[in-house]
Amino acid sequence: MKTVQAPHRSAAAPPATPGPRPAGRRSASPLARRLSHQVRAYGFLIGGLLCFALFSWYPAIRAVIIAFQKYTPGSAPEWVGTDNFTQVFQDPEFGAAWRNTLTFTLIALLIGFAVPFVMALVLNELRHAKSFFRVVVYLPVMIPPVVSALLWKWFYDPGAGLANEGLRFLHLPTSNWTNGADTALLSLVIVATWANMGGTVLIYLAALQGIPGELYEAAELDGAGIWQRVRHVTIPQTRFIILMLMLLQIIATMQVFTEPFVITGGGPENSTVTVLYLIYKYAFLYNDFGGACALSVMLLIVLSLFSALYLRLTRTDD
Amino acid sequence: MTQIAPPPRQAPPEPEGATRRKTDSSSVRTLVSPLALASTRGRALYWIVFSGVVLAFVLAFLFPVYWMASGAMKSPDELVQTPPTLVPKSFSLTAYTDAWDLMQLPTHLWNTVVQAAGAWILQLVFCTAAAYALSKLRPAFGKIILGGILATLMVPAQALLVPKYLTIADLPLIHVSLLNDPLGIWLPAVANAFNLYLLKRFFDQIPRDVLEAAEIDGAGKLRTLWSILLPMSRPVLGVVSIFALVAVWQDFLWPLMVFSDTDKQPISVALVQLSQNIPLSVLIAAMVIASIPMVLMFLVFQRHIIAGISAGSTKG
Repeated sequence: MKTVQAPHRSAAAPPATPGPRPAGRRSASPLARRLSHQVRAYGFLIGGLLCFALFSWYPAIRAVIIAFQKYTPGSAPEWVGTDNFTQVFQDPEFGAAWRNTLTFTLIALLIGFAVPFVMALVLNELRHAKSFFRVVVYLPVMIPPVVSALLWKWFYDPGAGLANEGLRFLHLPTSNWTNGADTALLSLVIVATWANMGGTVLIYLAALQGIPGELYEAAELDGAGIWQRVRHVTIPQTRFIILMLMLLQIIATMQVFTEPFVITGGGPENSTVTVLYLIYKYAFLYNDFGGACALSVMLLIVLSLFSALYLRLTRTDD
Repeated sequence: MTQIAPPPRQAPPEPEGATRRKTDSSSVRTLVSPLALASTRGRALYWIVFSGVVLAFVLAFLFPVYWMASGAMKSPDELVQTPPTLVPKSFSLTAYTDAWDLMQLPTHLWNTVVQAAGAWILQLVFCTAAAYALSKLRPAFGKIILGGILATLMVPAQALLVPKYLTIADLPLIHVSLLNDPLGIWLPAVANAFNLYLLKRFFDQIPRDVLEAAEIDGAGKLRTLWSILLPMSRPVLGVVSIFALVAVWQDFLWPLMVFSDTDKQPISVALVQLSQNIPLSVLIAAMVIASIPMVLMFLVFQRHIIAGISAGSTKG
């Protein structure tokens, strides 16, 4: 990813352009050509540029501004200093939301890393029905997230839900799943992992295929067993991809919204309220856009740290 | 004129490409040595593991989908009965037809199609044009603009939804609201740094002299883009198209904010809004119907999609 190349060439006027010299008849023509070239270039650029300005850059700046304002659509905004932040801090849901989000991210990281990795490891050893496995594991990713959430809400139903029926079939004790304050978050992690794992498995598989076979042969000659080969060959060889996917997953899971919104509504006892869900509530339930933006800015700062780390790692390793 | 060679390095989805050939040959050495697999005991173990994995995959990934599709065919009584029936006693399609009529699925599906198609087309037009300008036309401040676009990759999109919502509710300067308007989906979709960067990187690899040759022949910038650059960029355009379509089709929170008007909601939002007061079997049927378009697209383009994702890891 080399993006830095000759940074000043195109920004500044190229040397051919006559600088401060009075625009005589001779120099007017290349200058006009240059100008018309710029006009044309910006003609191509303008649509995308406007969209980025309006829907990416402007909202980012605005989030910071509104975080320090009392803002209700329709009336003039009022500067209130850090009131929004202190108010949000005092909200009992604030602590719950961050705790839940971090717990969710952590469990999702453990399950979402271990399960796909082991799965890819096993799949890479199988010599038959390769495309079957790839299609099947990716199928849930293509099901709309809302449908997966509703589907699992039905599975978790305490009455005739498939989850408890399955446990009963195996003569295991049933669970409250999303209806228990202590199991709800884990239940949501299972849904998110089921729905999103496909991409991770495919990427791990591709990474595993890039490991030179000689390394395994050499390790085997040295008397390494399967576990040692995984530990000393597979994991070091795929370390970079693992780290990348972990960071991406952290960024994605910290923005979890659909599953808690659709399945639990944040309950029971606020055990599944996430930060993004709280932002949504502040904006659309309490009509407090200042508070929503204060929360957004906090989330933004935390996530940007991970993003920066991700970008930094991808850049240096190229 | 130089020969038009396909741009190197970028790994476009290769349906029958190297990865496939490599995986199918049995000579590739993986974790387990081929010697161990060749023995009778090794072969037996292999088939045991293989069947176990097939069973696990069917149970974990296919069975839930089967349960959904078959659940919608059960009668309301059968649906809540314990223990549940594995196969519906009678295959009734009334839930599907009910869902189609009661939940106004045609309207919501059509809304989704309009939103996804518009976002896709606008993204192709504006992102391609902008990527072309940034890659080949060297506009003044081009580097700064590119930096600003790449910086948005770092900013998690969901965290900015509320100020984005306030922006489309009252666009600056012109004071127009895009709420309850497909434009509220379309225009923000154009601001997709990932797709734009993908296109720009691809264009960067197309040699300059190819384009210059076309210009010497008298082709304008637009003509060069249309007849030279775009035909060479088919693989990356395919990837961008799939990303764009899937993203809009699957999105939930943003359309939930944009469309308060029930008649204009896409299927994902409508499903959740209606899920409270609709019989279970009808809801499940609607869920199946909502899943069909993307699953079909996946099955048709599975090779390209899977190769595209796998290629993402080997970028270098």
